[in-house]
Amino acid sequence: MFLINCPYCGERDQSEFSCGGEAHIVRPKQPTELSDDQWAEYLFMRKNIKGVQFERWNHAHGCRKWFNMVRDTSNDKIHAIYKMGEKPPVE
Amino acid sequence: MTKFRVNKTKYVDQTKSVSFYFDGKSYHGFEGDTLASALLANGVHLVGRSFKYHRPRGIMSCGSEEPNAICQINEDTDITEPNVRATEIELYEGLKASSQNCWPSVKFDIGGINNLISPFIPAGFYYKTFMWPKSFWKKIYEPLIRMSAGLGKSPTKPDPELYDHKHVHFDVLVIGGGISGIIASKIAAKNNLKTILIEDKNILGGSTIYQKNENYKINNKYSSEWLNEEIAELKKLDNLTIKTRTSLAAYHSYNYLLAKENISDHIPLDKRNGGIRQRLWKIRADKVIVATGAIERPLVFNNNDRPGIMLSNSVKKYLDFYGVSCGFNNVIFTNNDGAYETAVSLKEKGISVEIIDIRKKSNSKIVKNAEKLGVKIYWNSTIVNTYGHRKINSIDIMNLSEDGSNVVGDKNRINCDCLALSGGWTPMVHMHTQSGGKLDFREIDQTFIPNEIDENHINVGSCNGDFELDDIIKNTNNKVKNFLKVSENEFDNTSVLNSKEIDKRNIWLLPNYISEGKCKSFIDFQNDSTAKDIKLALREGFKSIEHVKRYTTTGMATDQGKLSNMHALGIIADTAGVKMGTLGTTTFRPPFTPLTFGSIVGRNVGKFFDIVRKTSIHEWHSQNNAKYENVGQWKRPWYYPINDEGLHDAVQRESKAARDSAGILDASTLGKIDIQGTDASEFLNRVYTNAWSKLEIGKCRYGLMLNEDGMVYDDGVTTRLGENHYLMTTTTGGAANVLSKLEDYLQTEWPELDVYLTSVTDHYSTASICGPNSKKILKKIFPDKDFSDDAFPHMSYQNGKIDEIICRIMRISFTGELSYEINIESQYGKSLWEKCIEAGKEFKITPYGTETMHLLRAEKGFIIVGQDTDGTMTPIDLQMDWIVSKKKYDFIGKRSLYRSDTIREDRKQLVGLLTDDPNEILEEGAQIVSDMSKKPIEMIGHVTSSYFSPNLKKSIALAVVKSGKTMKGQKLIVPMENKNINVTVSDSVFLDKENKRINA
Ligand SMILES: [Zn+2]
Repeated sequence: MFLINCPYCGERDQSEFSCGGEAHIVRPKQPTELSDDQWAEYLFMRKNIKGVQFERWNHAHGCRKWFNMVRDTSNDKIHAIYKMGEKPPVE
Repeated sequence: MTKFRVNKTKYVDQTKSVSFYFDGKSYHGFEGDTLASALLANGVHLVGRSFKYHRPRGIMSCGSEEPNAICQINEDTDITEPNVRATEIELYEGLKASSQNCWPSVKFDIGGINNLISPFIPAGFYYKTFMWPKSFWKKIYEPLIRMSAGLGKSPTKPDPELYDHKHVHFDVLVIGGGISGIIASKIAAKNNLKTILIEDKNILGGSTIYQKNENYKINNKYSSEWLNEEIAELKKLDNLTIKTRTSLAAYHSYNYLLAKENISDHIPLDKRNGGIRQRLWKIRADKVIVATGAIERPLVFNNNDRPGIMLSNSVKKYLDFYGVSCGFNNVIFTNNDGAYETAVSLKEKGISVEIIDIRKKSNSKIVKNAEKLGVKIYWNSTIVNTYGHRKINSIDIMNLSEDGSNVVGDKNRINCDCLALSGGWTPMVHMHTQSGGKLDFREIDQTFIPNEIDENHINVGSCNGDFELDDIIKNTNNKVKNFLKVSENEFDNTSVLNSKEIDKRNIWLLPNYISEGKCKSFIDFQNDSTAKDIKLALREGFKSIEHVKRYTTTGMATDQGKLSNMHALGIIADTAGVKMGTLGTTTFRPPFTPLTFGSIVGRNVGKFFDIVRKTSIHEWHSQNNAKYENVGQWKRPWYYPINDEGLHDAVQRESKAARDSAGILDASTLGKIDIQGTDASEFLNRVYTNAWSKLEIGKCRYGLMLNEDGMVYDDGVTTRLGENHYLMTTTTGGAANVLSKLEDYLQTEWPELDVYLTSVTDHYSTASICGPNSKKILKKIFPDKDFSDDAFPHMSYQNGKIDEIICRIMRISFTGELSYEINIESQYGKSLWEKCIEAGKEFKITPYGTETMHLLRAEKGFIIVGQDTDGTMTPIDLQMDWIVSKKKYDFIGKRSLYRSDTIREDRKQLVGLLTDDPNEILEEGAQIVSDMSKKPIEMIGHVTSSYFSPNLKKSIALAVVKSGKTMKGQKLIVPMENKNINVTVSDSVFLDKENKRINA
């Protein structure tokens, strides 16, 4: 079980959090102007990387805040955690 | 004292006799014994039958690696437990144990016939044989396999014992209380680190604690003496917690570990006093030091599995720790110096022992010591066969060829009653690999040792591949100092004297003059797989160790291959002609040893299994005979039977009353979200399919919420309480998810919106009153209020007052009747309800539950999200086009509504169904077909809601049917088990299409 450093609350057990999948997928501002393929790209396509992945996490049983995490899915090492709207750290 | 109890030790109190039963027979042991040591003291070796061939098997080891002595304890009680290793259970007065794999008895075993036909049970036998004919599987193969599988019996009643969980945080966790674990704990604790030491045995000290040999000394004392002094000092340290009888079960990421403490398992049943049986420790530690030791390897040769064949170090422990000699005529079969310690211990107590060593020589101190004591050693030799049915009685040995690939010369028979094996040592790297650590292969002694990269965990002692006493002390000290960043200490100048092993030789599968096909050289004792099976798997094309393992079942028993994995790998490498290090290892998964279900669930049983949510009106419902339905965690009244009324009759009565006069429903469980902020209207515009900006203050509107994929997600009525203030209601089950989803969009997609969401579900109680007389009842409760349609129209809200308590009155309807919902702060919920009942008395107001609510809304064709929808229905599929705004530029899910898939005409669409026989009620979930003649019959939809309507006096149903929109009036069939029901597609609104009743 991970130890996750919530940017608002500090270190807490993973059981307080839920993972919201890949990060930095921005909802298109003008969905109506997209083709089916372009919309499907946003809606369905996820990278699911083995290795360093950018993820969204929510402190669901804590402050309820969403934040971003850089995690290596092959060994579960958390490389960075940063707030929503902040730029990902350069890797 | 029994004749095998030859030695007095301080660990077994021979003044305290303990009686116990094994396979129904009474025996005596002593306090301090394990079940295994007590059995051996009574001369009992045969404790079970092997899994596949049902061969007699005996106690092999003294720890968690035991493959054979698997017992069922306390049979025929509520606390009976299977799969208990006799080597791990501490003896207590009255313990009842029985061997697990021996139906009908351990001495006469019908499954033994498998042994005789074993040439026909090769690797993959189960896959190959029991497949065909298919009809044999259920009636013949499965019962046969189950009967002879010997996997123990699970208890049949709820576990009466208490289990506990404990969450703790430490600076340092040390796993294993052997010599290296003790050194590590002492260094940590003395350097002001809050430390916990965990040991699975009941005393500390590992195998050093009973070591009394001239060749192994620390600071000029016997290693056991030195260690005893260290332990005594250790126990005085303040910031060290020592937990014995506690075994590490799992090592998860970020140094989160689970350990199971046995609290009462060693206490006689009648003295346990209902206390806690086991406690699961959930430990988060900054630093973890693994000191789990090593397991001795057996040797693989023909018939290496008879009772009386044991591991050499275990024979030594039974002698030096428990005072039990496993035989009086011992032979040790070895490839290393370690076994000579066992020989010296035996010989010093005057017990006969000879050694067969596959090596050509060894001149170490311990070997010379054995020779000096007169132990006969057969160098460069191997065992080619063993004899003895229920216990070993003799062996055949031969010389090895120069390269060890064959045997040469004549057979030589030696009599023995115990054969001790030592094939070297396997570091217990389970914890290291569970944590995600990798392994390196060390050629010189053919071991996998930890490759450490995690800066927060190290391995010390023999689990790290240090097998010599001087290495263990020196390396443990240096490593721990580095790891914990501490300076010099008391262990820096420890002087160690020990015999060093120089000569090594390893042969994974020992050669034989008997052809390979006729040898039974066991690798996995618990799952009965042999060297031959491994080779067959390779011949049949299996290459990966993971595949060979599954095909032969090697390493897949409850011991997870603690004794077998290395030999399996070695034989694969030798047969395939590849280097063992390149094969990789199999994955060790938690738990290290089996855990009880009780320890996993802890206190989360019975009423603590899940939260039960009750409304503030719950007590009234119970007093009025409500039957409940679970909706999420809520208890909702389902129906209120009068006298011995059943569900159907009660619902018919309730439904009729609600339409004829007045009904009242506890609607408190609906999710309520308070929405405030200057952008609240814009926010609602984006999350609902319909438009919200023009909703006036004091008005209510029904809204439908989609997922981004266009499928219906939730629905409910939202009320505008003020300029920037709304109250949203959600479905009962969807409340938490809707809030999460809305928060997600607010925080991540639209952070620019000024909107705040608060869950207020529990803050308000809601009484929903419907029916033609509801207005009159409201008037009685709020006499000052004007309830005329002009002053208080449908879909509007006003505040009202009961005494001095303000409540919100919404005129909204889920039944199609004139209807009001009164919301009041929860603590007043029950008094509000009682007031409504009192006011409604003259109109025979009838409380109704969820079943009636469902029926009433179905009459009106209102959907229930989650019943009539299943995550694949768009609003268009539901024929709810009217609620999807054409004008709005965007809302969640809008773009998906015209994807190529969602605009298909042949999607399943919501329709009504009327049965040709109005008294026939369809089953919810039943399939719908149109053409019975074309095989296979195509199923074009299913029934989602179905009721008998007392108001329409006929059966009605909602269903989703492919292209249903175009099928009105068409005849369809609902085929059931015994008959086909004829139905006609209808409109989904069955009652009051003109919506007259809402303003009745
Ligand atoms: Zn937080």
